[in-house]
Amino acid sequence: MLIFEISAKGRKNHLQAPRLAPEAKDIPAHLLRRTPPIFPEVSELQVVRHYTQLSRKNFSIDTQFYPLGSCTMKYNPRGVHQLASLEGFLQHHPLTPISHSQGYLQSAYELQEILSHITGLSAVSLTPMAGAQGEFAGVAMIRAYHLSRGDTARTEFLVPDAAHGTNPATAVMCGFRIKEIPTDKHGDVDLNALRAAVGPHTAGIMLTNPSTLGVFERHISEIAKTIHDVGGLLYYDGANLNAILGKCRPGDMGFDVMHINLHKTFATPHGGGGPGSGPVAANERLKPFLPIPTVGYDGDHYYWLTEKDCPQSIGRLSAFMGNAGIILRANIYARLLGHEGLCRVSEYATLNANYLMARLQQAGFTLAFADRRASHEFIITFKKEAKTMGISAKDIAKRLLDYGVHAPTTYFPLLVPECFLIEPTETESKEELDNFINILMTILKEAKESPELVKQAPHTLPVRRLDDLKAARELDLTWHKSKKPEEA
Amino acid sequence: MPFIPHTEDDVKTMLHAIGVNSIEDLFDEIPQDLRINNLNPIAPGLTEMAMGRDMKARAERDAGLACFVGAGAYEHHIPAAVWQITGRGEFLTAYTPYQAEASQGTLQLLYEYQSMMANLMGLEVSNASLYDGASALAEAVLMAVRANTHAKEPRILIAGNLHPHYRQTIEALVRPQGIILETLPYNDTTGCLETSRPKIDNGDIAAVVIAQPNFFGGIEEVDGITDWAHQHLALVIAVVNPIAMALLKEPGAWGERGADIVCGEGQPLGIPLASGGPYFGFLCTKMEYVRQMPGRLIGRTVDQNGNPGFSLTLQAREQHIRRAKATSNICTNQGLAVTAATIYMSLLGASGLADVAKASHDHSSTLCKALTALPGMRLRFNSPCFHEFVIECPCTAKALIHTVLKDNILAGLDLSLMSPELDRCLLICVTETKTAQDINAYVQAIKRALQHLTSSLTVED
Repeated sequence: MLIFEISAKGRKNHLQAPRLAPEAKDIPAHLLRRTPPIFPEVSELQVVRHYTQLSRKNFSIDTQFYPLGSCTMKYNPRGVHQLASLEGFLQHHPLTPISHSQGYLQSAYELQEILSHITGLSAVSLTPMAGAQGEFAGVAMIRAYHLSRGDTARTEFLVPDAAHGTNPATAVMCGFRIKEIPTDKHGDVDLNALRAAVGPHTAGIMLTNPSTLGVFERHISEIAKTIHDVGGLLYYDGANLNAILGKCRPGDMGFDVMHINLHKTFATPHGGGGPGSGPVAANERLKPFLPIPTVGYDGDHYYWLTEKDCPQSIGRLSAFMGNAGIILRANIYARLLGHEGLCRVSEYATLNANYLMARLQQAGFTLAFADRRASHEFIITFKKEAKTMGISAKDIAKRLLDYGVHAPTTYFPLLVPECFLIEPTETESKEELDNFINILMTILKEAKESPELVKQAPHTLPVRRLDDLKAARELDLTWHKSKKPEEA
Repeated sequence: MPFIPHTEDDVKTMLHAIGVNSIEDLFDEIPQDLRINNLNPIAPGLTEMAMGRDMKARAERDAGLACFVGAGAYEHHIPAAVWQITGRGEFLTAYTPYQAEASQGTLQLLYEYQSMMANLMGLEVSNASLYDGASALAEAVLMAVRANTHAKEPRILIAGNLHPHYRQTIEALVRPQGIILETLPYNDTTGCLETSRPKIDNGDIAAVVIAQPNFFGGIEEVDGITDWAHQHLALVIAVVNPIAMALLKEPGAWGERGADIVCGEGQPLGIPLASGGPYFGFLCTKMEYVRQMPGRLIGRTVDQNGNPGFSLTLQAREQHIRRAKATSNICTNQGLAVTAATIYMSLLGASGLADVAKASHDHSSTLCKALTALPGMRLRFNSPCFHEFVIECPCTAKALIHTVLKDNILAGLDLSLMSPELDRCLLICVTETKTAQDINAYVQAIKRALQHLTSSLTVED
């Protein structure tokens, strides 16, 4: 039932609106709206009940194990959320003079410093509003750097075939052509292919390390040298930073610029698809090009740095300073953990991933990179099961839902067939991991004994498998009054 | 250990199962010369209690001002139910609904959001959100360039009275793709776009960007500009305040054919000011351009039993499928803010939203009249306004703002931000949240400040 279908003409929530507002007589009639929008007319209780019931149709970290690879679905601490939601923060207008913004500015400045220590890079801008915007900032900074030197020949960006889809999409938004670099059979970048691809047209490379294959790129220093030798720069996709906190730093690996996903590594809630936050960190060479505004400190007061202070900046990426509330949450999370707690994150995330990987291998599942250590995530492939039993990774993913576990990332990275990318995170207990292993073993048994049970899954959720083809062919993107209730 | 559940026994058993002696062994693939062993420059951890004290003190430092600033972020009353429900763990801690069967709550809510937003704008489709109003406009510009097949060049005409931060954001986000940005001037008396328009040929311009209301709060004569743009085969991109659209003509009804793409800042719909974010950008369009849209789209379909359900659709536009050929690189958007906005719109309904719009307009007119009755204060532009207006002061806006800060009033925005010659101009916003008493307190504070500032000016002279 849609909210529109419990609507009744004339029902109102009087408490929610100011009463007795006069008509706007000074606005010419031809500029006024003639017909009101069709919104539901419902009571407050109906709204509360409707959306509470909808929320119960969701899987979430609070209710289920959610091992979605490359997304770092760790526990989002309640204390963090509560403190970031204090009235003083919520009611603070972004254009308030700095004399009345010191609480927020201090928190942003501290986070800049913390991220600088963690990444080994000298300066940070917090404004990008998600990972993909952080990528845009970083690649645009590399572009601006080359252009500032009159170096206009650099038109190509290198992207490994295992990269997130946002990487090539970002480089194109920044006006570059993409050259894809293959992966070798151990999961590392193919160095020979890389050497053959670089040249005077190379603007830079975008890399994730550990890569999306769940392994550490062992030749990273050599890759950095290869790129720098031809005058290119290195961009680090911080999606997997959770794996290396306090163990190594992108700045030391030779990266010039990177983004950090606060909604992954820094435990801010994912919100059903955002808000995220993707601060960008840069070394001395790229620092002048960071997006504005950033926060400065003179030992006494915190203040904004804008285009006047940073004339080479790539500019502004949002109306104000990005997802400020997420920045606040990341500050609180990082300071609750402190330096020891932050190091523990990568340790236990890696322990959980390697434990799951070892146990699943022992149980007969096929690892994509059996000779490698897992980072904070790893890949299993159902290529064998697809061939022998006709059971796909999608079938197993859907059956997992029946057992109350969110499916891992499926069919990504694209170069491993029928794969699961599994990231348990550090906040899951051994019991939860053991339970997951048992469920996967049960499903494999079901696949052998009663394959239809798996192929037709899910059976216990609010809906069965959806007709995606129909969704795309007969686009139904908005509700219209004329549609009959039974169609809803 | 904070948020880590492992006991010592767990760790031993797990290491044994892996076949290593210590957690440290698990990092043996990282080359030794790259290893670090601590993050000691970062302070030790705090307890939740200590952190509570610290953050409460910071929040209090930033609190307590009566806010009369808008300029892209607007204070409105947010019903308690909005964030009580939005804050439920099932909405807060879920992710992008890739597994549709396990995400029907978020997916149906987003479908309802798309329906309400498209309807509010008078257009056929809405996406499921972009980052914020400014970046949504940049995406709209890129979309218009893709969609307008008549344009000879990717040239965009942008209203000169657009929020300057929006203009800067477009510059940063679309310039790398070789898009040419030009300005459509505004009239110095009305603050609205000039009625005499530049001479252009068909196909010279891919799109025209119009703000309604404009940055000065003024209401534009949108019909004429829309028709002019369409006559020259340009698309029309409307940047609008969603609350204002409950009162003002919706973009789908502008001119003969309506605006083609509508975008803007969704924050007024139930999202707190919160230092500038997270907010959300919205983007609506006509069905003929749906395949050029950036961002997530939710479609209604059926499951294998024929029951209705919802899923992400037209994903072939998106980066995770299309990679380098995607319509945008956007992945994570602002789902939670949209959740709040959907609940906000449901609670208010169309008439409640119109009441908020009318009350804001009325309160703003009241303050405007009272201020222009003060000596030396005059209305800078003479067009009708929605809920923001510009006052030219006898002193600099900066001085006035700082003087009334002592009364815990945030008087408005110093328009020297827009251009140096507007340094005596104050952009003021009043919404339904301000009572007659609040408005009176504001007027009295300004009166005192003016006496103080103009007398000290005389002494200095």
